[in-house]
Amino acid sequence: MKIAVCVKQVPDTWAEKALKAADSTLDRDAADGVMNELDEYAVEEALKLTEAHGGEVVVVTMGPERAGETVRKALSMGADSGVHLVDETLHGSDALATSYALAEVLKDRGFDLVMFGSESTDARMSVVPAMVAERLGIAQLTFAQKVEVSGPTVTIQRATETGYDTVEAQTPAVVSVVEKINEPRYPSFKGIMAAKKKPVETLSVSDAGLDAARLGLSAAWSQVEDFAARPPKAAGTIVVDEGDGGAKLAGFLAEQKFI
Amino acid sequence: MMLFTPEHDQFRKSVRKLVEDEINPYCDEWEEAEIFPAHELFPKLGAIGAFGLEYDPEYGGGGADHSFTTVLAEELGRADCGGVPMAIAVQAGMATPALARYGSDELKREFLVPTLAGDLVCSIAVSEPGAGSDVAGITTRARRDGDDWVINGRKMWITTGTQSDWICLLARTSDEGGYQGMSMIIVPTSSPGFSVGRKIKKMGNNSSDTAELVLDDVRVPVRHTIGEEGRGFQMQMSQFQDERLWISYMAVTGARRAIDRTLEYLQLREAFGKPLLANQYIQYTIAELVAEIDIVQGFLHHTAERYVAGEDVTRAATVAKLNSGRLSRKVADACVQFHGGMGYAEEMWVARYYRDCRLGSIGGGADEVMLRIITMLEGMGRP
Repeated sequence: MKIAVCVKQVPDTWAEKALKAADSTLDRDAADGVMNELDEYAVEEALKLTEAHGGEVVVVTMGPERAGETVRKALSMGADSGVHLVDETLHGSDALATSYALAEVLKDRGFDLVMFGSESTDARMSVVPAMVAERLGIAQLTFAQKVEVSGPTVTIQRATETGYDTVEAQTPAVVSVVEKINEPRYPSFKGIMAAKKKPVETLSVSDAGLDAARLGLSAAWSQVEDFAARPPKAAGTIVVDEGDGGAKLAGFLAEQKFI
Repeated sequence: MMLFTPEHDQFRKSVRKLVEDEINPYCDEWEEAEIFPAHELFPKLGAIGAFGLEYDPEYGGGGADHSFTTVLAEELGRADCGGVPMAIAVQAGMATPALARYGSDELKREFLVPTLAGDLVCSIAVSEPGAGSDVAGITTRARRDGDDWVINGRKMWITTGTQSDWICLLARTSDEGGYQGMSMIIVPTSSPGFSVGRKIKKMGNNSSDTAELVLDDVRVPVRHTIGEEGRGFQMQMSQFQDERLWISYMAVTGARRAIDRTLEYLQLREAFGKPLLANQYIQYTIAELVAEIDIVQGFLHHTAERYVAGEDVTRAATVAKLNSGRLSRKVADACVQFHGGMGYAEEMWVARYYRDCRLGSIGGGADEVMLRIITMLEGMGRP
């Protein structure tokens, strides 16, 4: 089984994030870059599947040169090889452009599964997996909390608000995962050293045969016109309990239309 | 810095994440219980290769040089308690080096392989009720009976002693006395006659179970002897060098983290209309401590580099142990003082740190033993 896992480098989850004044895009240098946490679960699941069924895991990323660290991390967890799409033209790409670029890189490589974390912690749109599936013309199984593969059939438990749905498709298919699915492994010393020798293919926009006019900030379907810092928190309301605290709280919540 | 490569940084991140996810959230609970679940935690450390970094890959080791041990120990030193890192250090750097260096193939397959995986838990058993830093004073005796050793004695201060699967025991195997006639023997704790005398209540490092062990006619095969019979003292001396470096690495990063946490507090806590940190006395005191931490850490990195290059670092490990132990005591004292009443309360991390780091000047050879070694190395004679 050949599995692609798309990973994204994002600013450290706990870091203060900032936009750049020049073009209103995320300031990626302002914080340490880490692998998007949910993508770690996707890598782990892909590794588990190939450990059980054989095959290989190829990690794919799109991002500046520094995003190569994220490919390296996935390789140190156990992925076999990497593909890194890196080009100035990609800067500021929106979800539509990202899905276009990823789909072009992924197609014709014979993947049985293309896996994603269900969202990134920076943009949090959760749309790229679905867009990539659509562009590749293959099934999408999203928000998986469990994945099983049997021959050409892939079955997932799709996490819902109340439980889960069982959804099934034929490979090739796109699968996005939620954090319930597993516990990602920590890269081991041996994994880290082995990753040094694993191949990473670096592609520019032209290497990948992409149309530059469809990429980057200028091609984005939305524009950030202006931004401002979040206003400071307003003072809260203190409810003093004089034996009627419960009723007062309920009254407050009703007033705010929470209940 | 030549010593650390991007691979070191990645391994550092791995260990840091493991400490944050698998150790720190449970420290309070384990401190309270005065034990941590070694058989649950150690396989997770085994999976990242923490127990056998420098050992032969043939036996599950990493084949790394010592600089990766530096990274591992530095990150463990940043944990929220001292007890658990101490137990990890014992398994990785104190109870297994002699086995890995001098043990037979058979012995390594039986004990080293599962220990590096974290499936077995081990302890180093050298100190006795009557002999601690003065190793020559041990009296535990192994007498030969056919193909077996029959062992009698008591061992004291044994880290992870109530839950170990085997101990690396130093015992007398002849009547020569002094530094002669000691051997290192692997004793499975399931052996008849082996028992835990008591779990020792301590001032700090409470998450680690420390025990007095009793060996009453314990019979183990002679093939359990590590390396050459009668060379136990020398093996333990070389094992001590690793131990002292381990303790020093952990002490320095522990001290740095304590300073960082104290700085956070001092920025938030206000007195007399401004943050405590605005007080120049406090600023300078911390600046002095930070400067000392930098020096000891730089010395340790230099020592690690020399160790990697194959040089003898006995003296440097001794100097580092002496200084890092004393420095962390000074740091802990300042942290408690600047936290005021909160520094004296058990609900903050400071009190635990103050108690835990006190061991740095005692365990692995007391400060006075370090001074004794330096005295001898300086040619002043035997104190």
